[in-house]
Amino acid sequence: MAYVVPKESYNGKVLGVSFGKDSQTLNFGGENTLPFLSFEGEIPAKPVIAFEIQDIPPDDWPETLKAQYAAVSSDPVKWAMHCQNELKAQAIALRLIGTHPDRENRSAQDAAKTVKDVLAAINVPLIILGSNNVEKDASVLVAAAEAASGHNCIIGKAQEGNYKTIVAAALAHNHKLIAMSELDINLAKQLNILITQMGFNKENLITDPMCSALGYGLEYTYSVMERIRLAALMQNDATMQPPIAGDVGMYVWKIKEVSALEAEVPLWGKLEERGVAWEAVTASAMLIAGTNLLIMRHPKAIETVQKVIGELI
Amino acid sequence: MIIIGEKISVIAKKVREAMNARDPKPIQELAEAQWKAGAHFIDVNIGPAEEKGEDLMKWMVESIQKTVKAPLCLDTTNSSALEAGLKAHNNTWGRALINSTSNDPERFVILELAAKHNAQVIALTVGKGGLPADAEERCGIAAEIMARAAEYGVPLEDIFLDPLILQVCTTQDQAMHSIKAVKMFQELNDPPMKTVVGLSNISNGVPKNMRGLIDRVYLTLLMYEGLTAAIMNPLDKELMDTLKTTDVFLGKTLYAHSYLET
Repeated sequence: MAYVVPKESYNGKVLGVSFGKDSQTLNFGGENTLPFLSFEGEIPAKPVIAFEIQDIPPDDWPETLKAQYAAVSSDPVKWAMHCQNELKAQAIALRLIGTHPDRENRSAQDAAKTVKDVLAAINVPLIILGSNNVEKDASVLVAAAEAASGHNCIIGKAQEGNYKTIVAAALAHNHKLIAMSELDINLAKQLNILITQMGFNKENLITDPMCSALGYGLEYTYSVMERIRLAALMQNDATMQPPIAGDVGMYVWKIKEVSALEAEVPLWGKLEERGVAWEAVTASAMLIAGTNLLIMRHPKAIETVQKVIGELI
Repeated sequence: MIIIGEKISVIAKKVREAMNARDPKPIQELAEAQWKAGAHFIDVNIGPAEEKGEDLMKWMVESIQKTVKAPLCLDTTNSSALEAGLKAHNNTWGRALINSTSNDPERFVILELAAKHNAQVIALTVGKGGLPADAEERCGIAAEIMARAAEYGVPLEDIFLDPLILQVCTTQDQAMHSIKAVKMFQELNDPPMKTVVGLSNISNGVPKNMRGLIDRVYLTLLMYEGLTAAIMNPLDKELMDTLKTTDVFLGKTLYAHSYLET
């Protein structure tokens, strides 16, 4: 008897999301099978990778990473244009980290201005991220959403403690929204329910179950993402069908493995390669768990992961 | 769990009157309400429909599927009315389900129609003579129906075995026999046979204020044994909440504080 490839069939489908304007619109999600199993179903869009930039110079980034953007990172507009024009970024993720009360405590108005300036300089789609400070993000993201009105951006992240104002802003200005919970599958579902109960269309929603770096809880993130996907596909759970975002860069580039000097840990190999590999491996694991949208930092890591995606789809 | 909404039945006065007057509105409203409440199939019980049965079933199927994007469960003992319904059925949202065949030779024509029209079919595990005494007898009958289905060309995955639920107030011991049968039916094939019950039979004859409770508890026990589908009232919120909660315990729904609201 001839060998027949065993195939699963799924009841549900991941929702497709598009963001950006005109000919620069990007799509992700929409698959009705587990990641990369294109022989079992349809995978209409490849995962998207956004280059992360920040509103203030990245003083806290490790030297090897900072060096990649040394000429442009003092100005978010230059930085964005560099990513788009030189590094051929598909999308850019502007993190308004300078608004955090423990950083420069920039005002919502300042943040809104940065958003406007960046949008005026680029034409690739933009993701606008707060500083993950629950109180401050509520005002910063509202101002940012207004400043980006009409640009069909992704804004985030809405969390349990601030989702109401951020959802209202995304609704008012027609943006897509990232909903984040902290490695809690049940809370991820609950937050999606609460957000859609406010009248926000689930087709404009993206779930961020919280990322983590290899060696620092990656397996928890992996399990939560996997469970979300299985609920979406096998149990046809409509509340778990938004695509998944993985905010990889910020978790990888703060661990000791990407900054410990070769002289201190000679067995760990070359520092620069180590950091790139760490980000690329973490991101690849996220893709296999079901991530549709990655936010990353190092150009070489992004290039590597793009290659992985190209070979698997 | 597959929910088959039971509300469109000739037994209900409102439905009967609408059927006789060919007034689609009350029927469409009932179908839509059940569908929105979570029904996967809408049962269409026109009874024996001896007069103009074909015309009635065709009209029912078309009227309901005009408003509700769901497959229907066609429920009549009149086989030519059934065939008219199967022909009219729109399979865009799933194949029709027939309610029902059994081990009574007079009902084998149902299997023939299921094969001919590529429909799924409910098989009541009763024969010509008397009610089954226990789970083992139900399994014996199920096996005979399965063999018969193979003869007629109905795939086993298209059959929902129904153990026949009897009323608890007169035949108390049958309640557990039927539950055991649901468990045993699944073992008759690999992949497991599908199962279905007419849930509210359990509380027939019980004082009205207790029927809901009895239905809810019985459904939970049946689901625990792996019940695939139930003909039930999706407009009964407490029953639906019980079903959703049981699905959480069984790991079929992911828990969230608002799981009852989805």
